Amino acid sequence: MINMLTATGKVVEGLCIRLGLYAHTFGRAVSRMGSRPWHLRMLLQQAEQVGVQSLPVVLLTALFTGMVLALQSYIVFHRFSAESLTGLVVSMSVVRELGPVLVGLMVAGRVGASFAAELGTMRVSEQIDALWTLSTDPVRYLIIPRLIAVTLMMPLLVIVADFVGIYGGYAISVHLLDQNPAVYIENTTQYMELSDFYSGLVKAGFFGMLIGIVGCTEGFNCQGGAEGVGIATTRAVVISCMSILIADYFLTAWMFG
Amino acid sequence: MSDTTLTPRISIRGLSKRFGEKVILDGVDLDIMPGRSTTVIGMSGTGKSVLIKCILGILKPDAGEILVDGENWLELGEHDHLARMQRIGMLFQGAALFDSLPVWENVSFALLRQGIDKATAKKRAIEVLAWVGLHEIENLMPSELSGGMAKRVGLARTICHKPDIVFLDEPTTGLDPIMSDVINRLIVRLHKDSGITILSITHDMKSAAMISDQIALLCHGRVHRQIASDQLDYDQDPMLRQLVEGRAEGPINCSGWGKEMEEAIHR
Repeated sequence: MINMLTATGKVVEGLCIRLGLYAHTFGRAVSRMGSRPWHLRMLLQQAEQVGVQSLPVVLLTALFTGMVLALQSYIVFHRFSAESLTGLVVSMSVVRELGPVLVGLMVAGRVGASFAAELGTMRVSEQIDALWTLSTDPVRYLIIPRLIAVTLMMPLLVIVADFVGIYGGYAISVHLLDQNPAVYIENTTQYMELSDFYSGLVKAGFFGMLIGIVGCTEGFNCQGGAEGVGIATTRAVVISCMSILIADYFLTAWMFG
Repeated sequence: MSDTTLTPRISIRGLSKRFGEKVILDGVDLDIMPGRSTTVIGMSGTGKSVLIKCILGILKPDAGEILVDGENWLELGEHDHLARMQRIGMLFQGAALFDSLPVWENVSFALLRQGIDKATAKKRAIEVLAWVGLHEIENLMPSELSGGMAKRVGLARTICHKPDIVFLDEPTTGLDPIMSDVINRLIVRLHKDSGITILSITHDMKSAAMISDQIALLCHGRVHRQIASDQLDYDQDPMLRQLVEGRAEGPINCSGWGKEMEEAIHR
């Protein structure tokens, strides 16, 4: 019994420490955002890394998600002759849920891991200390550009993913399942509201911020050598993914509840 | 002018730092005089690097005072501390070059951050690289450099922005004897040419004797002894002798040694 309580206590303690670290990093970053220097070159570099370089994986994920969704929806709707609803289900699912969540998970795996690994390596090889001795604030130089880049790029990636996902569904429905293209498009657009689209983008921005905070904090506070960097990277991916799924529920409940 | 009439450039009083239960620094008192080269020696793990990191504000000490030109750096906010760093140069043990930047941007990093234009900064970087004996490497990436070259690039970065005080963390560790001698000679030349204040830490006794005016022995978390560097071979302090002669037996207790290790050594 005592062992169980001790183990539970350790888990809770670890969780509180991590949450405290994330809040601390976020606070340090936000408190510096209003004043110079802004390191715009770093911001552009990070935006390119997060946005442009994530495009292939995001496009592929969105395309196949839309295609699978169309196939599954059609099979189910065919049982009660409601195949025409396929387009609506695909577009609503992609725009409101699957777009932001799947892009978030992909970016967490690609970008969150790279943030943690890069900053972790810089920490263990004393490059972050070197920045300080060269009169450069490491939070401004390393964390803020990454945080802003991933928060801004996520909604843009989700916009692309939404269109590609919907197109994937359209391609399968029209070319493989012989649905009428005009009916498909009409059903897709008729019941969709702008708020469905916006809600996905708000989620995407929030998920981007989570990925940035978790990845940067884990890397920045990394301890030990190569093993420490490995632990930080794994932790960044796992915690980012879990946070996205948990936050998705609460955001959905808040926006549509 | 004798040292007693000068105000110390860096004055450390009662500096303490512990990590968990382990006491690393336990009331360090040390004065670094302007224009002098002082080296702190001691065994690995005695807190030499921690001492430098506390002075630079990378680590926050638990107690004590660090006065630089009479100003207590422990009372400075982050912004003011960073502003003071423009007067500082630091050579890290592993050089700590930025992997993503070419050599010239590494060397002129502080100048570029100060808003100096790229052409001027690159010109200055090439000058300083030539000073450390490196030519036509300015466009290479750090991953393309050997250990000795990386250390010299690190030294070039340390002095490129013309600091008043230079800190050197194990400048010769991990280098072959010839490259160690090259680095030592560069440090001596730097000190002679510019007259800047240097604080080094090392456990390389040859390097300590060569690059310093003053040597301080850090042991059990305190400065145990301070001598002029030319006294290194003659001072009879038992701890200093043990370290200089590199003997396992002696008053300096190697932490973690059990009875078995003691017996093995004596066998």
